[in-house]
Amino acid sequence: MVVTGLGATTPLGGDVASTWEALLAGQSGIVPLTEEWAADMPVRMAGRVQVEPAEVMKPVERRRLDRSAQFALIAAREAWKDAGLDGVEVDVHRLGVAVGSGIGGVTTLLDNYDLLLAKGPRGVSPRAVPMLMPNSPAAYVGLEFGALAGVHTPVSACATGCEAIGYALNMIRSGRADVVVCGGTEAAIHPLPISAFANMMAMSKNNEDPKRASRPYDKGRDGFVLGEGSGIVVLESEEHAAARGARVYAVLAGVGYSADSHDIAQPDPTGEGIAAAVRSAVADAGISPEQIVHLNAHATSTPLGDTGELKALRMALGEDAEHIAISATKSMTGHLLGGAGGIETVFAVKAVHELLAPPTINITDLDENADLDIVRDEPRALPAETPAGPIVALNNSFGFGGHNVVLAIRRA
Amino acid sequence: MATQEEILSGLAEIVNEVAGIDVEDVQLDKSFTEDLDVDSLTMVEVVVAAEDKFGVKIPDEEVKNLSTVGDAVSYIASHAG
Repeated sequence: MVVTGLGATTPLGGDVASTWEALLAGQSGIVPLTEEWAADMPVRMAGRVQVEPAEVMKPVERRRLDRSAQFALIAAREAWKDAGLDGVEVDVHRLGVAVGSGIGGVTTLLDNYDLLLAKGPRGVSPRAVPMLMPNSPAAYVGLEFGALAGVHTPVSACATGCEAIGYALNMIRSGRADVVVCGGTEAAIHPLPISAFANMMAMSKNNEDPKRASRPYDKGRDGFVLGEGSGIVVLESEEHAAARGARVYAVLAGVGYSADSHDIAQPDPTGEGIAAAVRSAVADAGISPEQIVHLNAHATSTPLGDTGELKALRMALGEDAEHIAISATKSMTGHLLGGAGGIETVFAVKAVHELLAPPTINITDLDENADLDIVRDEPRALPAETPAGPIVALNNSFGFGGHNVVLAIRRA
Repeated sequence: MATQEEILSGLAEIVNEVAGIDVEDVQLDKSFTEDLDVDSLTMVEVVVAAEDKFGVKIPDEEVKNLSTVGDAVSYIASHAG
């Protein structure tokens, strides 16, 4: 299965090109929250999208879509065009969609609750349900391109984006579709989710220095920084892509899944769950661990999670973990929850295509338990080949609930 | 009490906002569904916004009788205030 189109709207840019450029430059997309409601919040910063949907989407369309669906549609349109599918006749019976978000149309739900309290039942929008349902972004992407092979919404908290892309891979493998538009989206910058995550002690409270708050692998890391946006890829069977002469960015070679079944929020401290997903991705992709030269880590900047992931990587790959250039791009984008797997797949695909691993910023005092090869401050050149074959990048995503998903992306 | 012209122009603004139809296309003889692409959900949005704007109650069972812009203007004119 090959990746032929990329789309994104993120805290670093309104499309893939501007996001990738900012990422390589080591820029932070985290900004102070200046809304009135933010004044009393324990956390007053987030990664807002760089380009507001209002700049690229008509008002009528915007009022009918939850913000999470707006992001997904913007990214999907870019990916579709990037794949060279705009204006091309596609067999819609063989076209699918798999797009998810971690927590769905939460701002629509809460804004309509405010309207209910203020105006009574008549104040609630008749569009509230089709906007807040978690499958709404997928449904709107499906409507946009007329997809008939199936429109799906896997949900697994912060593993959602990767889970959706893995689902898309299996749709094509099982013969249900030739082309699947897939990825993740999230729009949860609202006082309720922020209060909830902050009360879980999961978020950084470094409000004084937002651009330095997301600091995976730094000793002083104190939690994740919330981001918003979407990353979408066009996945296609090799035959279909070859028949239309499509440009191929990379091969999605395999996906690995596992579940911790340890705790609803804490990762399994043994790392066994993550290690199992890594092994399973390697086996599913039919690659040798020697080929893995890059990892887009889940690394959200939490004290336990970041180093636990590295420990699991070593457990799964042994010495082969040592030749992997590891990037924690959430240091720049913040954590997009269900959108994370989407944008980070875009980044991992770009990395193997352009032979560049993006940097990890904000490490001033490296945690001694981060004892693998972390790409710091500057991007790192990657080789195109290894003695065992073309290079492979892994993209890890883990979610509350103990969901582990690992994608294996091979250079084309 | 709003005049027929004021109601039409207010309604046109609402239809423009919720359905993206040009204000000048919202004329008395236009059918909401046939001419203005106002589907059933959008019609509810139009009705609720009109209730707010003109201080009128438009019961659900009445909405199906409002097939043209003119029907809506007449209903509002005779029930407002």
